[in-house]
Amino acid sequence: MSEPILALDGVVTDIGQYHILKGVSFEVPRGQVTMLLGRNGVGKTTTLRTIMGLWPARAGRILLDGEDIARAPVSNRAGQGVGFVPEDMGIFSDLTVEENMILAARSGPLDGARRDWLFAAFPPLRTFWRSEAGNLSGGQKQMLSIARAMAEERRLYLIDEPTKGLAPAIVSTMVGALRELKAQGASILMVEQNFSVARALGDRVVVMDDGVVVWTGTMAELAADTARQERLMGLSVEAH
Amino acid sequence: MLVNLISGDRPRSAILTVLLLGVLVCLAFAPFLFPGVRALDTAATICVFILLVASYDLLLGYTGIVSFAHTMFFGFGAYGVALASIHMERGWDALFVGTLAGALAAAVVAFVIGLFSLRVRAIFFAMITLAVASAVAVLVSQLFQLTGGEDGLTYQIPRELTPAFRLGEVFGVRINGRILNYYLVFFTCLALFLVLLRIVNSPFGSVLEAIRENDFRAEAIGYRVVAYRTAASCLSAAMAALAGSLYAIWLRYVGPDTTLSFEIMLDVLLMVVIGGMGTMYGAVLGAVIFVLAQNYLQNLMGAGAGLTADLPLIPQLLDPNRWLMWLGILFILSVYFFPTGIVGRLRSRK
Amino acid sequence: MSAAPDHTPTFARLSLADRLSLSAPYLLVPALVAIGFLVIGAPSSWLTLTVSGLAMGMMIFIMASGLTLVFGLMDIINFGHGAFISLGAFMGVSVLFWLSSWTGAPSLVLNVAAVLLAILAAMVFTGAIGWAFERVIVRPVYGSHLKQILITVGGLIVLEQAIHVVWGAEEIYLNRPEALRGSITFGNSALERYRILAVVIGLAIFVAMRLVLRRTKIGLIVRAGVQNGEMVEALGYRLKLVFIGVFIAGSALAGLGGVMWALYEQVITAGMGESMMILIFIVVIIGGLGSIEGAFIGAILVGLLQNYVAFLEPKVALISNIGLMTAILLWRPQGMMPVVKAK
Repeated sequence: MSEPILALDGVVTDIGQYHILKGVSFEVPRGQVTMLLGRNGVGKTTTLRTIMGLWPARAGRILLDGEDIARAPVSNRAGQGVGFVPEDMGIFSDLTVEENMILAARSGPLDGARRDWLFAAFPPLRTFWRSEAGNLSGGQKQMLSIARAMAEERRLYLIDEPTKGLAPAIVSTMVGALRELKAQGASILMVEQNFSVARALGDRVVVMDDGVVVWTGTMAELAADTARQERLMGLSVEAH
Repeated sequence: MLVNLISGDRPRSAILTVLLLGVLVCLAFAPFLFPGVRALDTAATICVFILLVASYDLLLGYTGIVSFAHTMFFGFGAYGVALASIHMERGWDALFVGTLAGALAAAVVAFVIGLFSLRVRAIFFAMITLAVASAVAVLVSQLFQLTGGEDGLTYQIPRELTPAFRLGEVFGVRINGRILNYYLVFFTCLALFLVLLRIVNSPFGSVLEAIRENDFRAEAIGYRVVAYRTAASCLSAAMAALAGSLYAIWLRYVGPDTTLSFEIMLDVLLMVVIGGMGTMYGAVLGAVIFVLAQNYLQNLMGAGAGLTADLPLIPQLLDPNRWLMWLGILFILSVYFFPTGIVGRLRSRK
Repeated sequence: MSAAPDHTPTFARLSLADRLSLSAPYLLVPALVAIGFLVIGAPSSWLTLTVSGLAMGMMIFIMASGLTLVFGLMDIINFGHGAFISLGAFMGVSVLFWLSSWTGAPSLVLNVAAVLLAILAAMVFTGAIGWAFERVIVRPVYGSHLKQILITVGGLIVLEQAIHVVWGAEEIYLNRPEALRGSITFGNSALERYRILAVVIGLAIFVAMRLVLRRTKIGLIVRAGVQNGEMVEALGYRLKLVFIGVFIAGSALAGLGGVMWALYEQVITAGMGESMMILIFIVVIIGGLGSIEGAFIGAILVGLLQNYVAFLEPKVALISNIGLMTAILLWRPQGMMPVVKAK
């Protein structure tokens, strides 16, 4: 297997006086979807934010293609090829959908082919292209947030709970788009609470608990072993 | 007993204890230790400003909100006494009514301002108080028939508090009404200072500090942040008004320059910061140092400007009128380098 | 890929009430003008007052715009902003004195050239001071409102006193350039030339600012940054740099406002900026912190009200603005057009 696109090595993050990440180490293989799972409040979102540099890592290394980016400022991440979909979607609500996309395409205007591809994946974006993003529904905002991350070719996508609070129909749109992204060979690290979505998309799994990684393996292994799911994530049967 | 009097808030530093006791003794025996009109005037000013600064610290240091209306409330108290003394018979009841009306007006206005600004964002408070305070200052100078405008008002206070009232001699010092007046100021300030000390060391004070540290969490725990902030603001305003009333009784004059001006507001800010935000004892040291410096250091600057008269720029910089510039620089440096002020410094060296 | 089934995206249709509530702030201006007309009675005085109210509002807007953007972008409140107004005025007036042969000449071209040069000098000067102010005074206290207020008040005092040291402690009187003196008559009302010019300049700046904010990428970054700075950074933009740019631009605009105000009042003092800050704060608060459009409408309202009330009952002019602020905060506690912050 080739060198991983992203590797965390003993990452420690404090927020205020709280120790949230207590030495997180895992790898994200190139061209695969890695699911970051675990119960609420175990540090999944903090892990993504630390990779982005939004929370400073107090210790440890974050290697993107072998280069330690742990101390680099947030604004370098996009240039390094990291696309980010935050938990709160981070939509600029006073800006139009188009303007949101313009900002996401840093290297220049969005090229036509890519735009059409995004429109096909997320039809509402075409409909509301010139409307204020603040007026979009929750699902549409989520689509915009993911489309923004996909506005340019990225080396790595960090996606935080893309299906949170969405209606089933929209979830399937989302899964379809992400599956297409995956088919293009993208490397993705994704936090997901909905296990059926995680199972549909994930190749590999990293499970966290209380600020550390407690299990890594393949999705196939985890999906086959309900007892392990119960133990690691407190998943209930209904979640399937 | 003594510890109880200061509400268990010990100075927690030997040097600080000595300094505070020194200030207390000097102020308590000022008429005997420092004879002379000017020295007594300075001592009374220090007393009033200790109370004013301490009441401001309740807001700035303990609650973490900035108000620019504190001198306005100070002015309410002062003008209350002045107007009552002019429009009522000369006597104690005029002082009493004026003081009470001033404090009440201050609390009500503080409540209304708090209602508008603290409900939304604490930062509104700073801007709105600045706007209201300057509007009031303009109003006071415009309504000169009532307020005397820029000239201010002079009035009579009970004869017992004036130099004309003589009692005899103690330790070679003539005791007159002026000295009685000083002790009225001194003891009232001392008592109100102890009240403030009690307030900040009460459960109410702890909630204020919790809000200052993290208003979001305080709200989450179930404290009504707005209510606490507004209450602190009202209390602080009423205390400032009481200080203003005492100052008016002492000076027998009120005017924009002595009570309302933005410059006094800056002085108060500086005293809090120099002494140490978030500790009542900081107010004591800040006020003492500042008032002394203001009364005696400006002369020194004038002398310096005279000596360097032949050099370029330096005399302009040392001009006593540029006193405010040095204050500003001192102020910025203190906020950067000594955010805990003198008291914080003294306490941190063990 | 799986098509989105039966999921026809619908836009929440805005009801009439919603639309009205969105445009209500804009409607306040004509409403106030109409009330002014009714209360003042005489159409000629009303027109004169309206023009001077608009002129004053434009100047206040120019001064306030930088402050509100800086707040929106970085959550920084700069009480020292007023010092840039004074500094701009002194610099601009110095240039006008230096070019007295131009300002005294009865030539519109030379007069306007002198004013433009004065404005340019003032803007460069206050922009540079603003840059230094941001580095030295503001930068160390990011994130703490309390310290920001204290430190920037300190900065205000020092800069004001520095004006005394450089330009002396006395106020300076000046005359407007020849061509900008006097007034033109329109119907029965006399409209001062300079006020009309001030309205024109103010409108031009508002339009230019809107174009920059709406049509350029920098403008997009600024608007996005006001709402969610973190996400702007995550998309790869260095918000700090943008912020410094906005701070410098805001300081330069304060300087421009200072020159215009100096020509309006024809007297300058070191404390002029500080006293303007009171109106500016009122404008920024009623407009909604961080909102350019809000500041624009707020400034016009304040300017108009101040002039109408000063005509009817001079003593309550300043108080009237406090009243306006109170009324608007009762109606909308966050100001008329608050910027919706993410999170």
